[in-house]
Amino acid sequence: MTNVIEVTNLSAWFLQNQALHQVLCGVTLSVKEKEITAIIGPSGCGKSTFLRCLNRMHEVVADAKVEGEVLLNGQPVYGVGIDPVLIRRRIGMVFQKPTPFPMMSIYNNVAIGLRLNGIRNKSDLNERVENSLKSVGLWEEVKDRLNQSGTSLSGGQQQRLCIARAVAVDPEILLLDEPTSALDPASAARVEELLRDLKKRFAIVLVTHNMQQAARISDMTGFFLSGGLIEFDTTKKVFTNPANPRTEDYITGRFG
Amino acid sequence: MMTGGNQNASLRKGVNLFVFTLTGISITLTIGILCFLLLYILYMGLPALTFSFFTESPRSVGEGGGGIAHAIVGTLKLLGIAILIACPVGFLGGIYLSEFGHRSRIAYSVRYAADVLTGIPSIVIGIFAYTVFVLPLKHFSTLAGGISLSIILLPIVLKGTEEFLRLVPSSLREAGLALGMAQWRMILTIIVPSAFSGILTCMMLGVARVAGETAPLLFTAFGNQYWSSGWLEPTASIPVIIYTYSISPYQEWQQQAWAAGTVLLLLVFFANIFSRIVLRRQEKAAR
Repeated sequence: MTNVIEVTNLSAWFLQNQALHQVLCGVTLSVKEKEITAIIGPSGCGKSTFLRCLNRMHEVVADAKVEGEVLLNGQPVYGVGIDPVLIRRRIGMVFQKPTPFPMMSIYNNVAIGLRLNGIRNKSDLNERVENSLKSVGLWEEVKDRLNQSGTSLSGGQQQRLCIARAVAVDPEILLLDEPTSALDPASAARVEELLRDLKKRFAIVLVTHNMQQAARISDMTGFFLSGGLIEFDTTKKVFTNPANPRTEDYITGRFG
Repeated sequence: MMTGGNQNASLRKGVNLFVFTLTGISITLTIGILCFLLLYILYMGLPALTFSFFTESPRSVGEGGGGIAHAIVGTLKLLGIAILIACPVGFLGGIYLSEFGHRSRIAYSVRYAADVLTGIPSIVIGIFAYTVFVLPLKHFSTLAGGISLSIILLPIVLKGTEEFLRLVPSSLREAGLALGMAQWRMILTIIVPSAFSGILTCMMLGVARVAGETAPLLFTAFGNQYWSSGWLEPTASIPVIIYTYSISPYQEWQQQAWAAGTVLLLLVFFANIFSRIVLRRQEKAAR
């Protein structure tokens, strides 16, 4: 299977109190098509930063710095003259807190990404909005109130709406930053179920605090600690027979 | 241990009662003064509020009747100029401060300048406008009056826009950018709409505030007993009418000053209510 994302020697910094503070040191890792790659590790280990480096969201924060190479389907994400805006259109991202756009209807929340990509035809839009909402299992729940505000939905529904917004434009990869940690268990289970379904279409990178979640749904797992990638292997291997003692310590709950 | 706790409890309850009473007195005073003010103005003004008061120009003293239509139109013209200048500049400047400038040195100086501008007494702004816009043209004008009002309105709109934009959670900015929006598009389609009702409210309240400004108008728009047809002639305005009529020796003018005060009060009152309705409706839509 081909690699959707190839990361080579990726390092990242923040400017904090006028001193560069390194949050990622030389991470090398690749993400395969139609697989869920879970990123686990304790708070502050750099897993969110890693995710944000993949679609150039890290640099949105003032005074952030990135070094190393990221390839998206063979094309450099950090190449000279590459527009980060266009890179982000090829990569879907979902955040910890659901972020439906408050002044937009449910319909427009999904359609906005499509319009951004130049789809203006009304029937095209209708069809693709419906398909995306169906693919996240939200269509039956919202089809009669597409004109209501996206924020009128429950937390779990909002998060699925955000996933629908991200997948509507057929991205090459889906990045999720702790997508279930703000949700109740039932909604979280629904989102997990959904991710299993979506991986048939997309490569998925899932940052999670929840090790059981990583063990349940991911194919590959990367363990981050203090900005470094400690171990990266199949989920089965990482959770049953980790090569690094620190991975074992974390997974068995000795720290973190 | 227990007794100590009980002693503390009775002391605590005593202090609580005392402070609670103080807050009660304060609130009664505040509301009382406001109600007294409103009722008194209405009591003095309403009898002179006739239909012709809104539609007619002033008549000579002793003739009776007449109205302040010329001043109502004058005030609307002055406010129109002030809005046209201050709202776009303040709005765009507020967007810069909140979305682009953040912690830059320029943003810091602009914020500081706006704070200073808010604190300048309006009569000083009047003298300034008089020197810069009236003296060179050698006559008072509606335009100069509108400009001086816009100087007072500008920092209100600027700071208000910035504050309401900053209330929009940054997670929405990130979500917009992550979707592949350019920053300007993200600001226009997500951030500004989310804050728009708040920005509109602060604009309305700012306009309501400058609607009552008198001092700068004395130097600039001056006043006029007749209709002011253009923009470069002096014009009457409600606050100046209140000022000149109330210090006049004629009782009917004094009566009309109260009526003009009532009109101004109602204007501000309805602007307030209207902006609150807009705000509530938007908040409901956002929920």
